[in-house]
Amino acid sequence: MANEQIEKELAEIVEEIAGVAAADVTIDKSFVDDLDIDSLSMVEIAVQAEDKFGVKIPDDELANLKTVGDAVNYIASKQ
Amino acid sequence: MTGLTSLTVNHGARATRILGTGSFQPDNIVTNDDLAKIMDTSDEWIRDRVGIIERRAAGPDDRLVDFAASAGSKAIADSGIEPSDIDTVIVATCTMPNQIPNASARVADMVGIKGAGAFDLNAACAGFCYAIGTASDLVRAGSAKRVLVVGAERFADWVEPTDRANAIIFADGAGAVVVGPSDEAAIGPVSWGSAGDLADVIYMRENKWIYQEGQSVFRWATTQVAPIALRALELTGLKPSDVDVLIPHQANLRIVHAIAKKLRAEGARDDMVVADDIVYSGNTSSASIPMALDHMRTAGRVHSGDVLLLVGFGAGLSYAAQVVISP
Repeated sequence: MANEQIEKELAEIVEEIAGVAAADVTIDKSFVDDLDIDSLSMVEIAVQAEDKFGVKIPDDELANLKTVGDAVNYIASKQ
Repeated sequence: MTGLTSLTVNHGARATRILGTGSFQPDNIVTNDDLAKIMDTSDEWIRDRVGIIERRAAGPDDRLVDFAASAGSKAIADSGIEPSDIDTVIVATCTMPNQIPNASARVADMVGIKGAGAFDLNAACAGFCYAIGTASDLVRAGSAKRVLVVGAERFADWVEPTDRANAIIFADGAGAVVVGPSDEAAIGPVSWGSAGDLADVIYMRENKWIYQEGQSVFRWATTQVAPIALRALELTGLKPSDVDVLIPHQANLRIVHAIAKKLRAEGARDDMVVADDIVYSGNTSSASIPMALDHMRTAGRVHSGDVLLLVGFGAGLSYAAQVVISP
């Protein structure tokens, strides 16, 4: 799956879980600092992303995914 | 050798039900603003993360067994029976201040049951559902006539007072029910189990302060608990749409909502009542389910004959669920 497609689908998940408009979920944004997403919502996003993209995102890896771009690259590398 | 080849054994009741409920909470209310005075937190932060507005805290002289006995006596009165009609007491708890003696023998004496079979059961926050399953089977096997089942916790001894991750969550109190024989089955088979490979995600650090891997616990609870509850329905021959009231362990309001969402995705009704007792009671571990049930009966949110789905989950990790018809 192309990175643009991963970004688009990940943005939809973030909107559903955290109520952040998908259009605001762009690769340079920090989940915590820019999008105000807390650690528990990050877990819910990770669980849905695992189902959607067929990858594993363990909690210790999740801690390293600071920006939307980090998450897109991680998912792309594991697919 | 006597030549005996077979022993005489008990024969119990065909089925069981909950006869009555009771609960107790200490008077001392701790608000989020109270906590913000002694640690780096805020009312908004706590409401967002765990959904708690206030919780109850034991005073220095309040004992866990006092909470348990008070809830137990109320459950016996609500059942319309005498203490002498009960012959077994199970106290589910994971916060006794000392290993010896146990809580249950003292609680039996305090509520006026002489010579009761009495034991404590530790399955942490799953303890109450484990104890209901055990009590029901004791009555069906003939080992007990009626069982007082109590969930009671006093976290004051086990939570570091300024630990912003845990002091905001855990609270004190007790809930109780009486389990007895019934013509119609009103307690379904228990769906229980454990995940000991995750034993290290909730434990007493230095054998003193409770510690949780928040994200790991949250991930497990929001994904693995609903299937346990669904299995309890399957064992009972019911469908998700049959559930009137869902009472999950009150761990965190976001976990409660996640479990309800998963059950609704499997067919549970939109008008299924979902316990949210955590908002004003905090997380009371093994006490949370019976306390929520008792509070909801008192408030008229649970009615006699309602189909209740109970599911406990917590340290161990341990989990247990069953369907109960409300008294």
